[in-house]
Amino acid sequence: MEYIKQIAYKSYVMTEMEVRKLLHDPTELITRAVQPILWLGVFGEALSKVKAIPTGTMTYLQYITPGILTQSVTFIAIFYGIAIIWERDMGLLQKLLVTPTPRLALVLGKMMSAGIRGLSQAVIVFVFAVILQIKLNVSLFSIVGVLVIIMLGAGFFTGLSMIIASIVKTRERFMGIGQVITLPLFFASNAIYPIAIMPSWLQFIAKINPLSYMVDGLRALIIGGNYVSLPQDIIVLAATTILISLVSTYMYPKVVI
Amino acid sequence: MGKKIIKVNHLLKEFSGTTAVNDISFDVKKGEVFAFLGPNGAGKSTTIKILITLLNPSRGDGLVDGLSVVRKPAEVRKIIGYVPQMISVDGSLTGYENLMLMAKLYNIPSQERKRRVDEILSFIDLYRQKDLMVRTFSGGMIRKLEIGQAMLHNPAVLFLDEPTSGLDPIARKNIWKHLLDIRKIYGTTIFFSTHYMDEAEAVSDRMVIMHLGKLAAIGTAAELKSKTKKPEATLEDAFIYFTGSTLQETGNFREIRRIREVERKLG
Repeated sequence: MEYIKQIAYKSYVMTEMEVRKLLHDPTELITRAVQPILWLGVFGEALSKVKAIPTGTMTYLQYITPGILTQSVTFIAIFYGIAIIWERDMGLLQKLLVTPTPRLALVLGKMMSAGIRGLSQAVIVFVFAVILQIKLNVSLFSIVGVLVIIMLGAGFFTGLSMIIASIVKTRERFMGIGQVITLPLFFASNAIYPIAIMPSWLQFIAKINPLSYMVDGLRALIIGGNYVSLPQDIIVLAATTILISLVSTYMYPKVVI
Repeated sequence: MGKKIIKVNHLLKEFSGTTAVNDISFDVKKGEVFAFLGPNGAGKSTTIKILITLLNPSRGDGLVDGLSVVRKPAEVRKIIGYVPQMISVDGSLTGYENLMLMAKLYNIPSQERKRRVDEILSFIDLYRQKDLMVRTFSGGMIRKLEIGQAMLHNPAVLFLDEPTSGLDPIARKNIWKHLLDIRKIYGTTIFFSTHYMDEAEAVSDRMVIMHLGKLAAIGTAAELKSKTKKPEATLEDAFIYFTGSTLQETGNFREIRRIREVERKLG
């Protein structure tokens, strides 16, 4: 019981410090807002005029809004691996590992921090969607649901990035691998086009891609309507996040070796 | 002094066929200032990493205040403090926040936390600058803050990896004044690695010289110098006698780059 309390408390402490850093210098939030704004305002607007992608009853801009939010959260989370290597090079990581802090708490702290940064992106995407007059479903249920899915999705991709960091160990290698992983995951998902129009081999990848479940869950909540697959989306995201946090906890200290 | 606070017993560490630490044994007494010398690649960092529980040995064990670093790493972490060579404070937080982070991670009770952080800030002469962002600190202030972080929980042993590397002579002197005060006031054992022979000789009670993963020599500066059989031998002479090289001759590209990065940031 004491161990679980320690994990919860120390995860909170690590997250609190990340939030403090964000409050000291919030310019990062503004610079990170550029990418989703470009995707929605340029890419989304252009493709919605062409009407080349079948999106059922929703407009194309409605369709890609959850996809762009997911992409934004994923990109924030995946580069936490670089932060780990940076902290290792600075010596901060070694110092944290020498404190009586459970490894799992250090990993969860990073995951939650990425989630909080991801939530700030949700606010930016929502505001921009309102400006573009994209009709969204806003209710207490959808807000809570979005919060849960962003925290889980950010957790999964942060964990994945930390595993990669513990294997590649250098910033240069991580930069290359980070790009190689994030872009294929984004394009092999239902973020900007439906799985049904993909070739069968890509459909298989999209169906085992956690990013697809994140997009699907956010789409059900933000655009509203069909909640049938929502429990499955949350279960898949929760299960993969738990699994990856355990693997990450095992791998994390290896960054310093 | 007398009680052995660190006991290293036949420690051996192998990395895919290479023996980084080769069956070394030594003791450190409670309250000692103990220097760890050796060229890069001698096994110094690996030994320290094992003693601070970042690495598991392939064989042998290390005891810190009777606790095995292999079997009781979580307990060992509660009674040691560690200051890495690299800059290990967060420049995006204030000095106060950096200390608070460590106070929470070391489980200092909430009712004592503020008092302890204030006490440490006064001790390291950074109370007036506590609300400044650490990225605005000088090299000497950063090192003092790092030492303060490592002292918050009043550890039995303070491990420092090249604590004065990259600092100017005045800042080096100031850091050692604080470290020796820590030993005097709290009875803390200080275990440090260094490249500065003058520093090792001036502040340490005893020292170890490592060479090719083995313990080449252990003793006081006077004892090591006397073994060279040269009249008026310096510690540098003793180092060459035991290792066959000077400290400045050693190091690979990655290590040199890391050292220079630290020196640039602290300088």
